[in-house]
Amino acid sequence: MTRGAALRRSPLYEAHRAAGGRMVPFAGWEMPVQYAGLVEEHVAVRTRVGLFDVSHMGEILIEGPHALVAVQRLITNDVRPLAVGQGLYTPMCNPGGGVIDDLIVFRTADQEYLLIVNAGTRGQDLAWIQEHAAPAVVRDLSDEVALLALQGPRAESVLTAASGARLGALQPFHRLEGIAVQGVSVAVARTGYTGEDGFEIASARDAAPRVWEALIEAGRPHGLVPVGLGARDTLRLEAGLMLYGQDIDETTSPLEAPLAWTVKFDKEEFIGRPALERQRKEGVARRLVGFEADGRAIPRHGCEIRAAGERAGTVTSGTFSPSLRRPIGMGYVPRAASARGSGLEIEVRGSPVPARVVRLPFYRRTP
Amino acid sequence: MFPTDRRYTRDHEWAQKENGRVRIGITAFAAERLSDIVFVELPKVGAEVRAGAAFGAIESVKAASDLYAPVSGRVVEVNQAVIDGPEALNQDPHGSAWMVVMEMSAPEEWDQLLDSEAYAALVGAEQT
Repeated sequence: MTRGAALRRSPLYEAHRAAGGRMVPFAGWEMPVQYAGLVEEHVAVRTRVGLFDVSHMGEILIEGPHALVAVQRLITNDVRPLAVGQGLYTPMCNPGGGVIDDLIVFRTADQEYLLIVNAGTRGQDLAWIQEHAAPAVVRDLSDEVALLALQGPRAESVLTAASGARLGALQPFHRLEGIAVQGVSVAVARTGYTGEDGFEIASARDAAPRVWEALIEAGRPHGLVPVGLGARDTLRLEAGLMLYGQDIDETTSPLEAPLAWTVKFDKEEFIGRPALERQRKEGVARRLVGFEADGRAIPRHGCEIRAAGERAGTVTSGTFSPSLRRPIGMGYVPRAASARGSGLEIEVRGSPVPARVVRLPFYRRTP
Repeated sequence: MFPTDRRYTRDHEWAQKENGRVRIGITAFAAERLSDIVFVELPKVGAEVRAGAAFGAIESVKAASDLYAPVSGRVVEVNQAVIDGPEALNQDPHGSAWMVVMEMSAPEEWDQLLDSEAYAALVGAEQT
């Protein structure tokens, strides 16, 4: 963020202020970090339902007869099996196999793919995609689209109440267009970043306040609360989901992160493939692992990790888990220290905190 | 909002004189800003601390914050109740959720601290 540059505001800025949201700068945007309180919002999503404004995220459309080839070249996952209305999660890599961004791509028409990208990487993603997608047509819809996330076990009930739509048959990573909420046409995808059931709801930017209000209203009997970036981070970390720029970036590979399942070596050429193939053959030197720490001092982003007395790596994400009531986190460690149960030591304010490698995710919802 | 029976630091601690000793805590403003406090790290009885230096830390779910000593001296009491139940800081930061009691080694430092009016002005400026 350039010093002095104006922060962008979501179309819901006024709604956030009215709801008591504490606004902070995030990836060039002024967004709510919390409303009533981080833990309260976290628990609401785990037990009831929460509403997030994620309008800062970017939407990039790739279309035309060359769209499929372009998307296949840009991402490591394989969109060929997708029917219209289906999507998947994927990294987009550079030639060295480093992650330029992680994103969700939907096939929105026969020859049309919609990429939902991170706010902080939107500009460079767009440049990269334009450079490598030709002759497919690339359009940045980010300024026209607002995105809300409705997450939690009661999300389906709330969205059904607000729209009248039957959503029971909508599978994870499937998307429905033309749903009406308060007369506003929205596209609804069964996706999210919390580890709960839920939806991400796209509308025209100007219509977003009406959709927001309608969901707040419909959610009232279900105990819906608005949720800020603070709880968004603790929810995604408990669910073992990567935060771009922290857990993964251009210096890390999907094979080091627990994202090998998103790299499809049985598809055609894609950017980063030779480097990733080499890593697969030779094995990666380090892995991103989850850890639980003892005590209450919280290992956070940037803390040093030691294994067997040696400097082993750095914490990429760490927090106090409201669900597990203990410190949890992730970080890269040498392969020798990455097995489940391996003991680690993490330096917090000059003192070593004992931790051990655990399986991701930290939290899994009961179906 | 900020009691007049004590002094304050720019780092949002309060200090209250009693029987020649000084009781120390964090302000309601700091507690509200941190919210969801889950852990408090305090020095042991007998520790020597220096004014302005970190003598402990507070962890909220969101972030860790150092605690800075308002005055120099020796720690003579530590509030075990706040270590055992740090959530008390979100409820009674000016009262039962005090942190430590110190014996001052440099009494002249007291005059460097803000009175409640000056502290309220500082907080007002931070809020806007």
